[in-house]
Amino acid sequence: MADEVQVPRKKIQATDLMNEIMAAYFYDLNEAAISASRKVAWCTSVGPAELLRAMGFAVYFPENHGALLGASRMATDMIPAANAIGYSPDICSYLTSDIGAFLRKTTPLSKAYPGIQSVPKADVLVFNTNQCRDVQDWFAWYGREWGVPSIGITSPRNIGEVTEIHIDDVARQTEALIPKLEAVAGSRLDMEKLRETVRLSRECTELWNKVLATATAKPAPITFFDGTIQMGPAVVLRGTQQAVDYYRVLLAELEQRVRGGIAAVEHETARIYWEGMPVWGRLRQNSELFARLGACVLASTYCSSWVFPSLDPQDPIRSMAKAYLELFIVRTDQYKEKYLQDMIEHFAVDGIVYHDAKTCPNNSNCRYGLPQRLEAKTGIPSLVLSGDLNDMRCVSDEQTKINVEAFVEQLVEGR
Amino acid sequence: MSQRNKAVYVGLDIGSSRTKVAVIDAAGHLIGRAVKKSGTDFSSTAKVCLDAALQMADAATDDVAGALSTGYGRGNARFITEENKTEIGCLAKAGYHYFPEPITIIDIGGQDNKIVKIDGSGQRTSFKMNRKCAAGTGAFLEEMASRLDVPLEEMNGIARRSEHMIKLGSYCTVFSATEVLDNIRQGKNVADIVKGVFHSVIKRVLEMDLLTEKVVMSGGVVANNPFIVDMTAELIQRPVFVSEYPQFVGAVGAALYAREAAGH
Repeated sequence: MADEVQVPRKKIQATDLMNEIMAAYFYDLNEAAISASRKVAWCTSVGPAELLRAMGFAVYFPENHGALLGASRMATDMIPAANAIGYSPDICSYLTSDIGAFLRKTTPLSKAYPGIQSVPKADVLVFNTNQCRDVQDWFAWYGREWGVPSIGITSPRNIGEVTEIHIDDVARQTEALIPKLEAVAGSRLDMEKLRETVRLSRECTELWNKVLATATAKPAPITFFDGTIQMGPAVVLRGTQQAVDYYRVLLAELEQRVRGGIAAVEHETARIYWEGMPVWGRLRQNSELFARLGACVLASTYCSSWVFPSLDPQDPIRSMAKAYLELFIVRTDQYKEKYLQDMIEHFAVDGIVYHDAKTCPNNSNCRYGLPQRLEAKTGIPSLVLSGDLNDMRCVSDEQTKINVEAFVEQLVEGR
Repeated sequence: MSQRNKAVYVGLDIGSSRTKVAVIDAAGHLIGRAVKKSGTDFSSTAKVCLDAALQMADAATDDVAGALSTGYGRGNARFITEENKTEIGCLAKAGYHYFPEPITIIDIGGQDNKIVKIDGSGQRTSFKMNRKCAAGTGAFLEEMASRLDVPLEEMNGIARRSEHMIKLGSYCTVFSATEVLDNIRQGKNVADIVKGVFHSVIKRVLEMDLLTEKVVMSGGVVANNPFIVDMTAELIQRPVFVSEYPQFVGAVGAALYAREAAGH
């Protein structure tokens, strides 16, 4: 295990097209906010984006901005500004880095997209607490800052089976948002537009799921680290034709890789599943660490979180409610255990890495004995890495390196 | 190879706190060893230890038929080998060499703790490391020795004189230091506080994982403080096993890997 070996990264050719689409999206948002030509709605990652898009809002996802702050390694410097106004270092570091960046009047968007000075000012903030309570508090801060409404869905959480009662609850809350959103938008919701948006959203997520499923091939043509970049359009443009078109291009390239036996990681010796948030500030480093060891981190719950098979254009609001409730993060440990067991089999993985993110308890699924139960049931070894999504003060590079090297060593020697 | 024609295998465990070098013969016996503070020049320290360990083994550099490094500074042994393994792998290798049965190894080092489990065939089945926190490590003991103003190497003897242990409640090194200071202020017996410090180390380690029936301890903290082994045995209510040179277990594991790579 020579430390200095550089691992060539295999570029996914479609990425250039994705970058163009993402640039167009951010410039469009910026234009909407600056010219006031369209209303801007902020939306949580699995909030009612289809509804907002159908109502003509330019939709912005601050969690995507949080990830950009992390990946650009700005986040850790921004977090203290939010800590200083009372937002604890122990809460979501997307929230603290994003608010910190706003307080410091900076954004990674300016560097990535010249001409953009700031995040787009919201006319309305729309959350769904299906993932955590922090998003509500995050949006509440901006609501106070700008004097705009912060509204949303308070979701049931920790649920096993998604029942009609749960769906009724979320569907009614979604319906209750409509008049408030119409008041901001100044126009009525067109149900046909909503059906069409839901149809496109479903198509986008189905294609994205097929993209992820290419990693069942041996060797896998795509890694989890690639996936965290490639999921951009599924996160910010679901419900649009651009996202659908992009994933057709990406899927074709990956299927070509599979046919040609082209590996994302040369000499794939171990297949690993990633559970939990990415470590955005160490994305490249971690990608290279695993690749150097011949270990392909090929699948994750995280990237699969933007797959919504229940979306149904014939019943848009109820199906949206169902889709938002079926998310992994909303479910019980019993469900999660079964889901992970299925994923282990589906992707034929040799080991699981759990990321215990210091500031993200809701997406750190190793705190209630799940890894131990799953390992006992499947015999698939696991490793827990302590770290964080955005706060790199919680990351020890040496500890990560030792743990990962020892884990891959264990998997290889165990054969 | 020298005229003595004596093939030896070298393991270099370059830890964050101490560098240990082990020399074994073809039969796997430890015939030379040396330990030194790692300092700031890992390569230079490793070279000094290597020379001393070879001398003890009555061997020369030419006799080295294989070498492998491990530990935090394992990349700093290129003067003798490019080969390296993780310290977890090396602990498992040597642990099974000394105790060829299912075991749990508890290694307490300067900066980290490890719990490594091995099955009956010598295969590592799991490992755990302490989280990024000094609690339960040698660094914790060093900090507490400093607060108590007692030499680190005397902690073991002092603890044995304790009659009433004072338990420390916190698992944070800084908070524990405050607790220690508070006990000093109250005029509590230093031996009782030191015993409490050792107790705290063991408690932090035992909460990392479950243990198998047979437990083996290793690492510099264990080597210098056999009291911690006795206390662990008392807490888990069964014997705890220690190899002859517990500080060299990782280095011996590295040497065993080197021997294996050479075809033995």
